[in-house]
Amino acid sequence: MSNSTPMANTGKTWIGQPIDRVDGALKVTGEAVYAYEHRADDPVTYGYILGAGIARGRISAIDTAQAEAMPGVLCVMTHKNAPAQPAFGPAVTPAVREVFARPRPVLSTDRVRYYDEPVALVVAETFEAARGAAGLIAIEYEDERGAYDLSRHLADAYAPQRTNAGFQTDSLVGDFEAAFADSDVKVDAIYTTPYEHHNPMEPHATLAAWSGDEVTIYTSAQTLANFQAGIANTLQIPPDKVHLVSRFIGGGFGSKLIVHADTILAALAARELQRPVKIALTRQQMFANAGHRAKMIQSVRLSADRDGKLTGIAHDVCSATSRFEEFCEQTAVFARSLYAAPNRITRHRLVGLDTNRGEWMRSPGEAPGMLAFECAMDELADQIGIDPIELRILNEPEVDPERNVPFSTRNLVACMQEGARRFGWEQRQAGPGTVRDGRKLIGLGMAAAIRPNYLGASAARIGIDGNGRVKVELDMTDIGTGTYTILAQIAATSLGLPLSAIDVQLGDSHFPRTAGSGGSWGAASAGSAVHNACEALKQKIAKVAKEVPGSPFYGSNLDRTEFANGEIRIGDRSANLATLIKRVAPQGLDAQGAVEAAGENYRNYSQHAYGAHFVEIEVDLDTAEMRVSRMLSVIGAGRILNPKTARSQIIGGMVWGIGAALMEESVLDPRYGHFVNHDLAEYHVPVNADVPDLDVFFLEEPDNNANVFGSKGIGELGVCGAGAAVANAVFNATGVRVREFPITLDKILPGMPVETSRANRS
Amino acid sequence: MKPFTYQRAGELRDALAGAAGTANAKFISGGTNLLDLMKLEIERPAHLVDINHLPFNGIEETAEGGLRIGAQVRNSTLAADSRIRSDYPVLAQALLAGASAQIRNKASTGGNLLQRTRCYYFYDRNMPCNKRKPGSGCAALHGFNRMHAVLGSSDTCIAVHPSDMAVAMTLLDASVETMDTEGVTRQIPIGDLHRLPGTTPDIETQLKPGEMITAVILPPVQPGRHIYRKVRDRASYAFALVSVAAIVDVAGETITGARFALGGVAAKPWRTPEAEAILLGEKVSTEVFQRAAEIALANAIGRGGNDFKIPLAKRTVQHALAAASQRG
Repeated sequence: MSNSTPMANTGKTWIGQPIDRVDGALKVTGEAVYAYEHRADDPVTYGYILGAGIARGRISAIDTAQAEAMPGVLCVMTHKNAPAQPAFGPAVTPAVREVFARPRPVLSTDRVRYYDEPVALVVAETFEAARGAAGLIAIEYEDERGAYDLSRHLADAYAPQRTNAGFQTDSLVGDFEAAFADSDVKVDAIYTTPYEHHNPMEPHATLAAWSGDEVTIYTSAQTLANFQAGIANTLQIPPDKVHLVSRFIGGGFGSKLIVHADTILAALAARELQRPVKIALTRQQMFANAGHRAKMIQSVRLSADRDGKLTGIAHDVCSATSRFEEFCEQTAVFARSLYAAPNRITRHRLVGLDTNRGEWMRSPGEAPGMLAFECAMDELADQIGIDPIELRILNEPEVDPERNVPFSTRNLVACMQEGARRFGWEQRQAGPGTVRDGRKLIGLGMAAAIRPNYLGASAARIGIDGNGRVKVELDMTDIGTGTYTILAQIAATSLGLPLSAIDVQLGDSHFPRTAGSGGSWGAASAGSAVHNACEALKQKIAKVAKEVPGSPFYGSNLDRTEFANGEIRIGDRSANLATLIKRVAPQGLDAQGAVEAAGENYRNYSQHAYGAHFVEIEVDLDTAEMRVSRMLSVIGAGRILNPKTARSQIIGGMVWGIGAALMEESVLDPRYGHFVNHDLAEYHVPVNADVPDLDVFFLEEPDNNANVFGSKGIGELGVCGAGAAVANAVFNATGVRVREFPITLDKILPGMPVETSRANRS
Repeated sequence: MKPFTYQRAGELRDALAGAAGTANAKFISGGTNLLDLMKLEIERPAHLVDINHLPFNGIEETAEGGLRIGAQVRNSTLAADSRIRSDYPVLAQALLAGASAQIRNKASTGGNLLQRTRCYYFYDRNMPCNKRKPGSGCAALHGFNRMHAVLGSSDTCIAVHPSDMAVAMTLLDASVETMDTEGVTRQIPIGDLHRLPGTTPDIETQLKPGEMITAVILPPVQPGRHIYRKVRDRASYAFALVSVAAIVDVAGETITGARFALGGVAAKPWRTPEAEAILLGEKVSTEVFQRAAEIALANAIGRGGNDFKIPLAKRTVQHALAAASQRG
């Protein structure tokens, strides 16, 4: 912290208030400009990407003559004429951070590494001409036999050097195998979680425009620093020649952390043509070219004594990845911190396939891992015959079970108990398949949530002008989460000004660098930087106020300074802040602030946010259709900066839980290596009719080890365990345990009772 | 998308002439399916004749006591029509079970009947598909075929027709009125409009090139209780895994009239006269509905991923018949 002098705001605090989004009106009126909607000074051209029709092999011939001859076509770029780019490099980078910055060449070789990988780009005066011409490109392939099916290649599984985010691949504590062998009470279950795709509403899209040797990229990015590095390294230009603008983002969910083909190709083509080029991925192309969650086979083994005290936990994950670039989701890592048990194993293994690689998808690790693990806990509770909440309380650890450091704050038990009370958990019948309402079977399920809390290095710039208007600038992004709003709340609170005095500017690489949006760390990281910039600004204001003749505070030697209600107070004198600035610094004042990545507090404490999800589901007795009828999440995530935007984050995660449990699946055809259902008609996410009134309750508990606000990340927490609560409710309703996600009706239908009595007569 | 010429037809004869005068012409109405297919170059018409402005947007009573629905009547308009809602509720229910409100606002009656299958492999030009490219093979047969047909399919094609509306119209014994390029009109029983794939899955209907659907004729009201039950993976905006349209009339405990049609199981809405016939004169019972369901699915063949549709269809038929025979 930079402030040596207390700079209190004793007036209104905006932090913790359910403030409407400050950018809300811009969005609902269409004023917010998204990547593909930007204009350039010169007339824009339109690119269309043609993807490979095979999943592994090489291009043996490519004929672009017809496409080039089409009216309006400006260029057809293929591996034969694309500008030189550095080689992609090895599948595993020496360090974690290089993943985000490495060159990502496109159209640079005749090799095809995955289905629908870009093999040509057409740029034309209109989008229609570009797309039409792309259809005229004739390609011949040498199709090679690829490996696409995880379950058929388990013999090729290997242990990666590390998981995503740099966690250890394996952890071993005690002697699990011995404990498991000796135990009478055990769960030994295999769960599979499918490929999933993020599918943000706004597809990956870029407008690239060159001016001399500098390129301006309007794109949809979560983290500008990664994009800047990725573009600079692929185009081999200095990073300061890459200017990124990403002010509004129509969802990211982890799919926009790094640069993808739309951006690289737009930058390359715009340089070749000396014209601005726009490229967006189509919805279908996003299934192959914008990251996904990989398919996994997860073995969960639990052993316990007869009362339910865990004696062993083993979570073994085998995940699909790409041959050419490794991604190991940290699927079992949460299990290192969740429950106490003396004997423990967590392991991650990978199988390299001829697909694109997985990327970060909302709550990497916990989303698929807890879907499996929290079902296994439910299976254990059912086997022992104790309440699932009781089982979890029984195994509540006192310190982080594998790191042996204290928890900073951990409110899991309180979340479960509060949730049970609010949801009416006591109504749950432990015996599955016993509650019926007309033609519906009714079930209740619950699961715990855990998600690590992070803090990333970030900086911010702040300025106040002679009218008392404050401008906050940082290269942070708002991917729909409410960042604009929260940062305005933080600055207004710190400076004692109304929200309307704060103008937050984000999404421009000319602004100070932040950790961006990802890993649920945006509010803490960017917020801390803004807070520290405010503190620095207040120091400056106080100093000038005392030093400039004509100031009401001129000559004061008092330290105690307060900023509240639009005023600055030093000692017993106060003045309107805007009036003061006009008098003492008519040109305005500015300051910078920064925060370092989590350090000592992160090493000395186990920092996680927690929650408990509760679900009621109705299963149709005739058709086995499943519809969630009630859902509640009780969340312990430190101090809540804005209950309204926070609630939106949590309910978004809960909806993802419904999707993961019941419908989301990208089906990979093992014969061709392509995602079969690659559009939003066939890749099902919950629609409004699938989502009941969702209830969220925050159990606030400021975590002073986390950051200056005592807040914890919430962007991903809502997903964690939410799907397991749905799955456990399905089991409670039907008595059918499906371990192959998603739980579609065909999987429970065989276990549904067949009616022999006369149906539907009241 | 392949470049094409476009003509907005103000008069029927212009539309028919436009279709006759250009090779590979297509009529476009709501475009909710055709435009998607054109963007993917699965449909590659050289000429589009826009028939949205033809005067086929009325719903009129026929001399026989039924309704004549203009081919340009939008799905949302049809579903909201008070005569449809009160006299043909199975049709209103089926319409509202389809697509989304936005799509129903655009989609026309004629276009709905002529929408094409949602088979994933049909939608991907890199995949073999006998419907899209005759002779190239059927990728769905041994592929991901969870959504595919269990009745009336062949080894050449196992695609299903995705319409909900057509299932209800088939149940109602509707007929399709058409006009060909010579101006000759004819009526086709709706059950004969769509063809089963056989060895020519690329030929989907009995319509001749350039022949336009001008109306759908509903016969007089069918007595009994109407039910449309659509089983799907999510609560809205999903194609049917199985759907059942049913009308059952009872006197006391005795079934005096019964018919049902299945959707999501074949390349066309599926009726089984033998199964309907056994219900007549029977007392309402789970057993008789079960027998009807067994008969309807007797010739069903699963292809792996869609095996579950056979028991699901039986259960849904039973449930729909039971629900339709409920009184009070």
